[in-house]
Amino acid sequence: MSIVTIHFGFDRAAAGLAGEGRRLADASNSELHAIAINGGAADLARVADRVSSIDVDYQPEACLAALAELCHGATTILFANDTYSQELAPRLAHRLGGSCVGDGVGVELRDGAMRVTRQVYGGKAQAVIALKRTPGVAWLRARSFVPAPLRDTPCEIATITTPAFATKTRIIERKREAQTEARLEDARVIVSGGRGIGGPEGFHAELEPLAELLGAQMAASRAACDAGWAPPTWQVGQTGKKVAPELYLAIAITGASQHMAGISEAKNIAAINIDPDAPIFRHARFGIVEDYRKVVPLLREKLKKMQ
Amino acid sequence: MNILVCMKQILDPEVPARDFRIDPVRKEAERGSADFVTNIFCENALETALQFRPEGSKITVLSYGPASAEETLRKALAMKADAAALVVREEDGAPPDPLHAARVLAAAIRKLGTFDLILTGREAGDWGAGQTGALIAEELGLPCIAFADSLQLEGGKLRVKRQTEWGWELFEAETPLVVTITNDEHNVPRIPKVRDVMLAHRQPLETFTAAGLGVSATNDYYEVEELFLPKKESQCELVAGDTLDERVDALAKKLVEVTASL
Repeated sequence: MSIVTIHFGFDRAAAGLAGEGRRLADASNSELHAIAINGGAADLARVADRVSSIDVDYQPEACLAALAELCHGATTILFANDTYSQELAPRLAHRLGGSCVGDGVGVELRDGAMRVTRQVYGGKAQAVIALKRTPGVAWLRARSFVPAPLRDTPCEIATITTPAFATKTRIIERKREAQTEARLEDARVIVSGGRGIGGPEGFHAELEPLAELLGAQMAASRAACDAGWAPPTWQVGQTGKKVAPELYLAIAITGASQHMAGISEAKNIAAINIDPDAPIFRHARFGIVEDYRKVVPLLREKLKKMQ
Repeated sequence: MNILVCMKQILDPEVPARDFRIDPVRKEAERGSADFVTNIFCENALETALQFRPEGSKITVLSYGPASAEETLRKALAMKADAAALVVREEDGAPPDPLHAARVLAAAIRKLGTFDLILTGREAGDWGAGQTGALIAEELGLPCIAFADSLQLEGGKLRVKRQTEWGWELFEAETPLVVTITNDEHNVPRIPKVRDVMLAHRQPLETFTAAGLGVSATNDYYEVEELFLPKKESQCELVAGDTLDERVDALAKKLVEVTASL
């Protein structure tokens, strides 16, 4: 048995992923091999038994070829849920003759075979998926896993150089939006708006100043993003970001299961919605049934006074 | 350019949670009174192809599903795809696992001809595995770009823009290639014209079976071991007060209470 975790940098997700890798390795008496792509090797060396460090300009085809070589012989391979991980996980499984499953919130090894718990049907149901091939590859909602304590003595770090080769696809430009802000996935407080906001001005004039007062980051439902009221990077839900804040304030969001699938790890959900029958109230810890246009300006006043 | 778009018919994901039931034996959702619809990301993929469509292109849509998936393909033809093909799946089998689906679709793609671009949705709204496009690429030995929202030709070269969690990336790519498509404000699927819906019903539909394509229609990748409904939801406390001012005051206090410890 050997367990590999693959990390693109070291953040809260990478720490959760390494923690889960450590737990599975200890439970099965296996070695944990962490692969650090573009940073994070020093931190991972205090969790894993072996670290391979690769510094490379991310290009999917080249990175996939390098990983296929490094993961040769592994029985379990874990990724986090960032774009690059989701892009490569199924293809890596295929190249190694294995099986892959995504969006895992629980992992178990039974006689070496991987079983992964995940949401299906837009969060309306949960499934346990048993992988039939080896290696078992999974990408996880890594932030919901517990990081491992860091050892004082780091393990060895092997620096891997990947041969450059021409690929048929090439990233020629990258644009980082909201670079100054922390990532939505790491946010402790989130203010989020839905279809009921009614237009971009509601986000801009009402929600954004409220978010500032709460020290929150902004998010939106798919309906609001599809309408162009909020940028796609704000989208939370089954097909957007999966977030895990201490407080998620859902404003004019109905709470369809597809949206709830993105906030199932939130500690506290609060809701402002005009419709008392909105499903969001079945998930929220507290809330108010009222038009957000009446609540939010007043709420900002109250919060300002309390500061 | 010869473009192929894979499309999946699924149980309407908008079915409210209270009407959602599970068949514990077949380990899939019960249909109940829900409609079948086309997976939204597949329609985003078709819309992206329709907007891209360089002069002289042909767009073929392909589905692997039960006989009812014909509706999905007819709708795609009404949206102005040029040709359609269906690999008919036996309805009594378990839902296909991702490799099973990709293997069958890849075999159908080989049978249908050579394609410059193969598009799929990023994932489906039922099982949400998000693997079909990636596995088709591997089955066909092609490169793959995930989570794209637009395609363009610039100086004869294909440009693919894709979303990431922090912004976007622009690819330059050589064909043939597989691209998985996500939603964006620009690829909201068009509503077909009534006349085109009628015409679509008269267009030919090529049909295959997995056996006829010479591929195995078995789930040898993974198995759904358990399927269950998540635990009961919590009780929501609606803030109390006689006036709006009092209620908003109570809401503000609760918000401050939760965030104070951070």
